[in-house]
Amino acid sequence: MNEFVFFFNNVIVSGLVLGSVYALGAVGVTLVYGILRFAHFAHGDMMTMGAFFTLLIAWGLAALGLTAPIPLGIIALPVAIVVTAVVALGIDRAFYAPLRRHGAKPVTLLIASIGVTMMIQGLIRLAFGTGTYTFFADVPKRLYRLDVPIEGATRTINFTQPQVIMVAATIAAVLALHFFLTRSRLGKAMRAVSDNADLARVSGIDTRLVVRVTWIIAGGLACLAGTMLALDVTLKPDLAFNIVLPIFAAAIVGGIGQPYGAIAGGYLIGFAETLAVFNWNAVLRPFRDVLPDWLPTNLALVPTEYKLTVAFVILVITLLVRPSGIFKGQQS
Amino acid sequence: MIRRALILYLALFLVFVVVGFVMGSAYTTRMLVEAAAYALIALGLNIQWGYGGLFNFGILGFLMIGGFAATVVAMPVNASFWQSDGPWLLGRAIGAAVIGALLILGAGRLRRLGAPRWLAGLAQVVAWIAAYILVRTQIDPAAAYIESNAGWVGGLGLPVVLGWGLGGLLAAGAGAIVGKISLGLRTDYLAIATIGIAEIIRAVIKNADWLTRGTLTVSPVPWPVPTPQDYQALGAGGTASFVLARLGFFVLVVLVVTLALVLLQRAYRGPWGRMMRAIRDNHIAAEAMGKDVKARQLQVFVFGTVLIGIGGAILTSFAQIFDPAGYQSINHTFLVWVMLIVGGAGNNFGALFGGLFIYTIWVLSEPVSQSLFSAVSDLTARIGWGAIPDIASRALQMRVFVLGLVIVLALRFAPRGVIPEVVGRSREARPGNPEVRTGPKGDAGEARGMDRAER
Repeated sequence: MNEFVFFFNNVIVSGLVLGSVYALGAVGVTLVYGILRFAHFAHGDMMTMGAFFTLLIAWGLAALGLTAPIPLGIIALPVAIVVTAVVALGIDRAFYAPLRRHGAKPVTLLIASIGVTMMIQGLIRLAFGTGTYTFFADVPKRLYRLDVPIEGATRTINFTQPQVIMVAATIAAVLALHFFLTRSRLGKAMRAVSDNADLARVSGIDTRLVVRVTWIIAGGLACLAGTMLALDVTLKPDLAFNIVLPIFAAAIVGGIGQPYGAIAGGYLIGFAETLAVFNWNAVLRPFRDVLPDWLPTNLALVPTEYKLTVAFVILVITLLVRPSGIFKGQQS
Repeated sequence: MIRRALILYLALFLVFVVVGFVMGSAYTTRMLVEAAAYALIALGLNIQWGYGGLFNFGILGFLMIGGFAATVVAMPVNASFWQSDGPWLLGRAIGAAVIGALLILGAGRLRRLGAPRWLAGLAQVVAWIAAYILVRTQIDPAAAYIESNAGWVGGLGLPVVLGWGLGGLLAAGAGAIVGKISLGLRTDYLAIATIGIAEIIRAVIKNADWLTRGTLTVSPVPWPVPTPQDYQALGAGGTASFVLARLGFFVLVVLVVTLALVLLQRAYRGPWGRMMRAIRDNHIAAEAMGKDVKARQLQVFVFGTVLIGIGGAILTSFAQIFDPAGYQSINHTFLVWVMLIVGGAGNNFGALFGGLFIYTIWVLSEPVSQSLFSAVSDLTARIGWGAIPDIASRALQMRVFVLGLVIVLALRFAPRGVIPEVVGRSREARPGNPEVRTGPKGDAGEARGMDRAER
């Protein structure tokens, strides 16, 4: 039974955590894509930026003498979400809106978003150097160990407090987004613009308001995703730049422009990565005596060094076999 | 337009002269060699984006392939590998790869033999899995054996210039595969797909220690021209030997760039170039005129990767070290994009100018920001705020910010670059045939700012 617990810890728990980060990021990417029709590369660095805003506010709270049993970052998060949303609006106003007004193609906006990504990265490193930061300077990172109520299981199911918070936050964000998109007038307007911008405009929807709301949501989600990731690992300036491609992969696999697809794609890629690098020998150990001895000791599908490439392989296969993604998104 | 280009090049030359006086001739010659190599890479991207309108964000991967080719050709032969069982094991792995490829090809044929769709699809999946398992079972022990017995496969001990050529060829092969996979996609998907494939290439080159020594790095990669050490052996002084050796290298790179430029200009003016521009500007119309759009796009993509591969090989052989961990999207892929956009997509002289100019800014911004920051730090220390901690690493990041700002500003105010593509009435055009100008970014509104005065 220990083997099963090992599998649970290494695949289910870490896949859930990784998938949550990808899903949160991919929802933002896919929303921006659906409304503004360009691949917003700066989303990864917007996540990092949001995490650093959270850190700054948490430091401010600590300087005010506030103490709490949970990391201050979580208390600071709502404020940081607002700040990041405002900054996202500012970025759009300053860099993307003028290009849109000139009728620039999506590709031009894509290149501009790379410029924005570099600017954010430069500023973050200018301010914070290249070191790593943690939200757990004052409070310990709590670790939960669950005993498995099955005969013969001595290992425990392990996860940390930030991982629980992350999964809970993802579910909350997804539900909130779902109700916003399906119940509120503005959310319906967003879906209309995403489906057909011209038709939405002539039917009286204020597309500029929709664009603003999109940036607010994307910025807020980016901050949430970045902070959650930083709580789970450590906060460093290249926190999210390295995962922006798996996030895009998740958005495309799920069908770009489809928020639910992005969530599915995020978890799909998260689980695919953890499953691919899992060493199946650990599960086969009870059958050690039955198995032939020519089996190699490492039965992982892919060596651990290639974990990130799993996302790209899935991406390439998706683009080849079903470019519209799982949930039919905008065609390629 | 020509006058303006001449003025810009003259200004660039003056910048080089000033840099030479301020930073010293050894520094300047090194910068010139690297800038020329980057100009070649920018020309390669110009074929893809400027001529063909194809998005390539995988420059990094092709540069790595070029660098790998230069090292594997030029490094001395590793006798302990060739005397071990390594070649035999490796041969078996290659055999397994061939069998796997045949399996996949065979499965692809099933549909033509009349198999139902689901069966053909299933066979395809099974063939891929079987091929993967087959190759892994052969390559893993071979890699482990080579790494423990011989370290790595070593080089071929041939002149490094052949490595430049091989870099171009290998990059072309990779480019053909990348293009085959992704060229049918819409532009922004193409960007993401090329980045993804470049990341796969990077992961392989970085982790295949038996082939590339991975993070252990390979050095010294020999030079095609006499090195500073050779000149010192002849009695030249320290700085003089560096300047002479680098000038020799510079002449060689300039030869390559000139050759590429001449060929590119001819291709651009010729029927082939017109066809490519027609496909870029309106591929549906071009297809209706009977052009094989997909094949032509693949062709132009491959041509671009050849130059990028050669550029990567030149950079690696000049630096004398192949370090797979040193390749970063920002320093490589994005830098080249800035060069092309600022210089002017679609115009070879614009790409050349952008390559030389942006690389100069990129290199110079390091000492400039360092001194700027230490000045600020002195100031804050004097007024009692304390000095800025770890200036060196922070100041370096300033240039990433500046580069990002340059992209955004260029897209906004000079979307066609400082030396934009000239599409006037060409000599070949029939009289009375009004040509409508739409460049790859002609859609970004009228050319503005610096552009307007000239037109």
